Amino acid sequence: MLSKTAAMRDAYGDALLELGAASRDVVVVGADTTGSLKSGVFATKFPERFFNVGIAENNLVSIAAGMALAGKVAFAGTYAIFVPGKSVDQIRNNIAYPNLNVKLVCSHGGISVGPDGASHQQVEDIAIMRSMPKMKVIVPADAVSTKSAVKAIAAIPGPFYVRLTRASTPVVYDAGFQYEFGKANLLKEGSDVGIIACGLMVPEALKAAESLKARGVSAAVLDLHTIKPIDVDAVVKVAKQCGRIVTAEEHNILGGMGSAVAEVLGEQRPTLMKRVGVKDTFGESGEAGELMRKYGLTAADIEQAASNLLTTSS
Amino acid sequence: METAQEIARLKETARNTRKLILEALAEAGSGHPGGSLSAVELLVTLYFHVMRHDPKNPKWEDRDRFFLSKGHAAPLLYSILAQSGYFRAEELMSLRKTGALLQGHPSMGIPGIEAPAGSEGIGLSLAVGTALVAKMDNRPFRAYVLMGDGEQQEGQVWEAAMAASKFRLDNLTAMIDRNGIQQDGLTEQIMPLEPLAAKWRAFNWNVIEVDGYDFSQIMDGFDLATSTRNRPTLIIAHTVKGKGISFMEWAPKYHGTPPAKDKLSDVLSELER
Repeated sequence: MLSKTAAMRDAYGDALLELGAASRDVVVVGADTTGSLKSGVFATKFPERFFNVGIAENNLVSIAAGMALAGKVAFAGTYAIFVPGKSVDQIRNNIAYPNLNVKLVCSHGGISVGPDGASHQQVEDIAIMRSMPKMKVIVPADAVSTKSAVKAIAAIPGPFYVRLTRASTPVVYDAGFQYEFGKANLLKEGSDVGIIACGLMVPEALKAAESLKARGVSAAVLDLHTIKPIDVDAVVKVAKQCGRIVTAEEHNILGGMGSAVAEVLGEQRPTLMKRVGVKDTFGESGEAGELMRKYGLTAADIEQAASNLLTTSS
Repeated sequence: METAQEIARLKETARNTRKLILEALAEAGSGHPGGSLSAVELLVTLYFHVMRHDPKNPKWEDRDRFFLSKGHAAPLLYSILAQSGYFRAEELMSLRKTGALLQGHPSMGIPGIEAPAGSEGIGLSLAVGTALVAKMDNRPFRAYVLMGDGEQQEGQVWEAAMAASKFRLDNLTAMIDRNGIQQDGLTEQIMPLEPLAAKWRAFNWNVIEVDGYDFSQIMDGFDLATSTRNRPTLIIAHTVKGKGISFMEWAPKYHGTPPAKDKLSDVLSELER
């Protein structure tokens, strides 16, 4: 575990190929980033079901909606900054409101986009998307769970947003892993502090738990891949077992996964928490790893947050 | 049916459509008469002469699809759907009321409504997606969409226009209700659109201009659209905002001001003339 890396985008392309072979109703719509997103591989096998609309993200979303209205399962996407970031009206009024079968799968979430800088680093998408009625939000932890999740949601009616990472990320799951919609995965049992993470912060959480263990602190790790609908039982359970919670996400700490966890715990089991995430600021250019360190998104930051919590009296 | 008889039938339907629009809006106390009244003949021709649809089976797979992109003209579409038999005409009298079937703008769950509308500039893209599916699966249905003229100021309209010609969607017919008036005033003052037909021709569309109140021109326009190959068609219907009610015609105020309930019988009497 974690010794290999793989790209979520490659996994997305693989999943699309399998879905395309399994059903004639699967269509793919792209916006001039289909090579980067790997959705373009779909065109090699199923050119009659693949549509590139050019650099027109509003149109991308609405055309996918039109295809879903006519009975298709439409996978559409580009970089995250251009979908939730640029097309919120189309997503809300064309997809979420009529509850259409459109799966928005976007790459380049968060600041790990790197050198392109803040204009391309979407740190608000989870907040935007989870605030929309009917919309489901998934942030997979690795390539294996990406492929499994993409295949799973094709069979679940209604709109989804799936956020992927640009960079290759450590592989968390074994090859046979089966994604289960809405069911968080407890990757590690623990009793002193619960770390709830999503996306590429999941491997960071696992590393943090190892470091904490070496210091005699027992940390649980929960992969909260499905942020909406949130797995209330799993969140409450880990809070009960550990008494303290750290959330870790590559997103603004306002409105994201940590906020979703705080909403659940605030109502169901008030628990001391710390949120590791982007601290309400924009990113900048730089190599992904350097930015993750600079913006406090590493295993060390999670470990620090956990240590701080453990010295806070409840 | 003889053309003259057919036109007489459509004229009577148009008159009744205007009556239903005004009654519904007066009862609702809010809503948009101007852009509903302007496009009556266009949509009456489409629903009662052109489209293949079945009010008894609204989800018939091979039905032609209509998208109202100018969603504020909902009273027009609802009045037509009610006369077609998609739902009871009495529903029109609870337009915009809490818990009612008929929402202020089109929404899912209303029989005969294909998609929600209300945010301008989006409907053409929906029609493009639907027409693409018909092409892909070799199915016989066509997609129709009615846009406003003010709506042409939205950038997404032109994204969709490019896509429709790229994909050679000859099963797609778009319409513009060219009444020249938007909420704040004249389109040519707020954000000029002309030369509008030339713009669409430059986007490789088959463009047809018609008098929006001449049924034979409108019918011919739809015929031409259906027989055109490899290109989508745009019908620009030259219309009058508030058409049929003298004090509403050409008056930007009546974009979004309904007739007063206590003046309704006077207003409707104009339609009898």
